[in-house]
Amino acid sequence: MTEPIIEMKNIEKHFGAVIALGGVSFDVCPGEVHCLLGDNGAGKSTFIKTMSGVHKPTSGTILFEGKEMNFESPRDAMAAGIATVYQDLAMIPLMSVTRNFWMGNEPIRKIGPLRFFDFELANRVTMEEMAKMGINLREPSQAVGTLSGGERQTVAIARAVHFGAKVLILDEPTSALGVRQTSNVLATIDKVRKQGIAVVFITHNVRHALAVGDRFTVLNRGKTLGTARRGEITPEELQDMMAGGQELAQLESSLGGTV
Amino acid sequence: MTDERLKQVSTLRRIMIRPELGAISGAILVFVFFLMIAGDSGMFAPQGIQNWAVVSAQFAIIAVGACLLMIAGEFDLSVGSMIGFAGIVIAILSVQWGWPVWAAILITFAITISLGAINGFLVIKTGLPSFIVTLAFLYILRGLTIWLSILTTQKTVIGGVKKAAEGDWLAAVFGGKVFTGFFQWMADQGWIETFTRGTRAGQPVVEGVPMLIIWALGLIIFGQVLLTKTRFGNWIFAAGGDAQAARYVGVPVNRVKILMFMFTAFCATVFATAQVMEFGSAAADRGLLKEFEAIISVVIGGALLTGGYGSVVGAALGALIFGVVQQGLFFSGAESSLFRVFLGTILILAVILNTYIRRIITGER
Repeated sequence: MTEPIIEMKNIEKHFGAVIALGGVSFDVCPGEVHCLLGDNGAGKSTFIKTMSGVHKPTSGTILFEGKEMNFESPRDAMAAGIATVYQDLAMIPLMSVTRNFWMGNEPIRKIGPLRFFDFELANRVTMEEMAKMGINLREPSQAVGTLSGGERQTVAIARAVHFGAKVLILDEPTSALGVRQTSNVLATIDKVRKQGIAVVFITHNVRHALAVGDRFTVLNRGKTLGTARRGEITPEELQDMMAGGQELAQLESSLGGTV
Repeated sequence: MTDERLKQVSTLRRIMIRPELGAISGAILVFVFFLMIAGDSGMFAPQGIQNWAVVSAQFAIIAVGACLLMIAGEFDLSVGSMIGFAGIVIAILSVQWGWPVWAAILITFAITISLGAINGFLVIKTGLPSFIVTLAFLYILRGLTIWLSILTTQKTVIGGVKKAAEGDWLAAVFGGKVFTGFFQWMADQGWIETFTRGTRAGQPVVEGVPMLIIWALGLIIFGQVLLTKTRFGNWIFAAGGDAQAARYVGVPVNRVKILMFMFTAFCATVFATAQVMEFGSAAADRGLLKEFEAIISVVIGGALLTGGYGSVVGAALGALIFGVVQQGLFFSGAESSLFRVFLGTILILAVILNTYIRRIITGER
């Protein structure tokens, strides 16, 4: 396998007396989907916020393309090529797809001393990029609110990729979606991987993780319970690791099948 | 992969979700109505047109500021007090202190725009709703205005601005009239009414287009272009649509919001300056309830109170409806208190329509 593009070593994060992360190590390579699994409260959110520059780690090192990085803000991380797509904060429903897609990176057309938003270019590129991801928009001016949840995630992913993301962090992109929409988003993740982008896929759904993941890391109570490669682990083992074993096994016998 | 159920979108539905729709139909209705009941009252003669056009322009000037601020997700309830404050400051500086009027106007703009920035800064830094912060400023500024006025002149009305402003270049930019030659020419052709007696015999009754209307048109065009055609306009929508999502992609939300508070203060001061130049006086009670009239114009214009959606042209049409109805009831001899009944009714209708439109756009059920 190639060199990891981002490597987090022994990351600790304390909030006052609370130890949210107690020494987590994690890395991801270009063209790889590394799934980060964990139940609610396992520290997934804190961990990705550390990776995307929102939090500074209390201790530990972050290597980005082999160099030690110290992100001061999400903007720094973004500038370096680390893009994060948040589950519920990806898109603004009242704004058009084009306006959302280019938000913060609007193309400019100059007319004399005046600087205008170049809608012609923006609309064309938006349509092209969305078509690449398999979404055929009616028109680029349609509001994001008219798209389904899966399509919104796809717009957000396409946007991150278009603006040169090298590492794409997806925060539970499938957790609020229906079956068909989920498979669309998973297919999008696969397309992104094939473009050589490193994907960090956060989820608590083992089946979603196994569908696209190359490697799997389980986080529990602020610690990693180890990393496994595709094919080295069964869904049941992953599920048990996430939940901390025993308890869930008992539950399952009464529920039947994998949760 | 597009959802096949979304494909049947009629043109009608697409027109329906334009923010200006309600205001356009409202404006047409209002004009038809008054043409029918007040068509022969002089309301649509040159003087009548000037009358409601000036009133509408006044509403439009403050509505443009309120509109951009509301789309950016905030309110400013201190607009009315800011109008009173700006007027009194101009009058004190020019009449009481004897400053040239242009200097008084420029300093007043500097002060009010700084106050707008403080409004914005407080809202951003405290995270409090702008409703509360600007409500505080509504009282603070009104109180300061009365106190300053009484402290310097023992009165709450300061006159003599007209005399002080004679020949002042900047005063003319707010209180003057343009196209006077054209109006004189139309009068000479006998197309428009002229004075038949007195010192002004032969001069047109309507001498030209008041600068107030030029300011209103200028601000409307500026606001519309800024909002719909520029990068900054996209940031305004984003800041009001979802500030956190906008921050995540690098939109400087705080800067956008503070600038919009400053722009609202600028608009209020344009209103105040034009009013002071027209009346030749300032009064501490000017601008009462203007903040609500601005907000009503904006809402009639299709903006959502929650931010992220609206139109400057819509707000301007809202202001036009406002002005035409207020003056139209006067021309038609109706009881003027009915104006408020009308306002309340149209406000409710506009909000219901806007909420419905929002459901269509966001696909909420």
